[in-house]
Amino acid sequence: MNASVDFDTVQVADVSRHFGRRRALANVSFTARSGDIVGLLGPNGAGKSTLITMLATLAAPSKGEIRYGHETAGRLGSALRTRIGLLAHELHLYPELSARQNLTFFAELYGIAPRGRVEAALEAAGLADRADEAVGGFSRGMRQRLALERSLLHAPRLVLFDEPFTGLDDRAVGLISDRLRVLAAGGAIVILATHDLDLADGLVSRVAVIRDGRLLSDEPSSAGLRARYRTVIAATSRPSPTGGES
Amino acid sequence: MFFRTAWLVLRKDVAIEAKSWEVLTTTLFFAVSCVLIFAFAFVKEGRAVEDAAAGILWIAIAFSGTLALGRTFERERYGETLRALLLAPAPRAALYVGKLLGMLALLGLAELLLVPMVALMFQAPLFSRPLLLVALLAGGTIGFCAVGTLFAAMLVRARSRDVLLPILLYPIVIPVIIAGVRGTAALLGATPDEPAAIMWIGILAAFDVVFVTLALWTFEPLMTE
Repeated sequence: MNASVDFDTVQVADVSRHFGRRRALANVSFTARSGDIVGLLGPNGAGKSTLITMLATLAAPSKGEIRYGHETAGRLGSALRTRIGLLAHELHLYPELSARQNLTFFAELYGIAPRGRVEAALEAAGLADRADEAVGGFSRGMRQRLALERSLLHAPRLVLFDEPFTGLDDRAVGLISDRLRVLAAGGAIVILATHDLDLADGLVSRVAVIRDGRLLSDEPSSAGLRARYRTVIAATSRPSPTGGES
Repeated sequence: MFFRTAWLVLRKDVAIEAKSWEVLTTTLFFAVSCVLIFAFAFVKEGRAVEDAAAGILWIAIAFSGTLALGRTFERERYGETLRALLLAPAPRAALYVGKLLGMLALLGLAELLLVPMVALMFQAPLFSRPLLLVALLAGGTIGFCAVGTLFAAMLVRARSRDVLLPILLYPIVIPVIIAGVRGTAALLGATPDEPAAIMWIGILAAFDVVFVTLALWTFEPLMTE
């Protein structure tokens, strides 16, 4: 089903996004390649989620363009979405339906035969024995694991994670991190928006730091991510009238 | 792919409703409450105010339909599942059609209860021309739901969606409600005015074509932020 559209790079080219008069992103450019785990780092309100939303084709740039391979979303049409998977803080699951019903619905929506694929996803989420229970009764970690499998049902090339670790215990964080590494090793382009530097450290292969809608840095990841992040943020901070950072 | 997606969305909505019965029960309860309140106001000593039944039937449909629209899309707001639907590799207009069919089914069930109830409480001969009545109800319900589904989807992330939905919806669907009321009233006289009812059915059909076409055309750009 995915043969018609494929790409091995995603290029964000001079992208800006405004909501009315408010600027959410300004002239952001970077390229993510197959096998990359790109960490989009920045404080709350930096513009990370806006960028993820645009990469997912749920919003259009006000200026600039995003190219998937050599084409834009407008040219590739709805077929592009067979290659994009999104896991956001909100889990995109129906709490009234069971885990199996949720996965079956989304599999069919993506044109995937649910038989076998859904069972495999339930196994991967560790929910095979609770597959027929309503998702509303699951813990946050269980729902997050299910949402992860839902977002990967169609084997996307571009995997977008927006704050995927919020509210998870260490074991769940470890499982998701391991899954991200496997995806990248398999050729996926993984873009991970987070403000949790400890979790990003050692996981991401590239780091893009965003603040106030501007890309401050785009470089390969190295040890000591927190120190590097502080340096980048400090170098671009304006002193406030009270003497602190703005 | 288009109709398959619409069918999947409809089937999913029915599966959720079959588990909770939340939207159907609240819609029916509200519709019945509406008619009962009007009955207390307009039925004196067992006699109903003349020509009130058509208006009361359509007001009950419109009010309960607005409630159902809000509740149905509230479900898609929780967990931001509407975004997950928009991410699917299907024509986004197919999602609209799936939601529209669900709303039509829901209001159709409400009308199955409302019509005999209004007929009974207001001594209205609603069943004198059943095919014409069905055509009027179908035409009016499609027009109402076509606009309502589009607006409810648009407003799903708006903070004041519960207030904004009726404010935006009613001015647009007023012609549909007027056509429904006039067409139904034409059937309620001592001698049903069939030509007038057929004329109103034609007007409703024209509204439906315009509203559904516009909604299908605008759904994708309106839902892309």
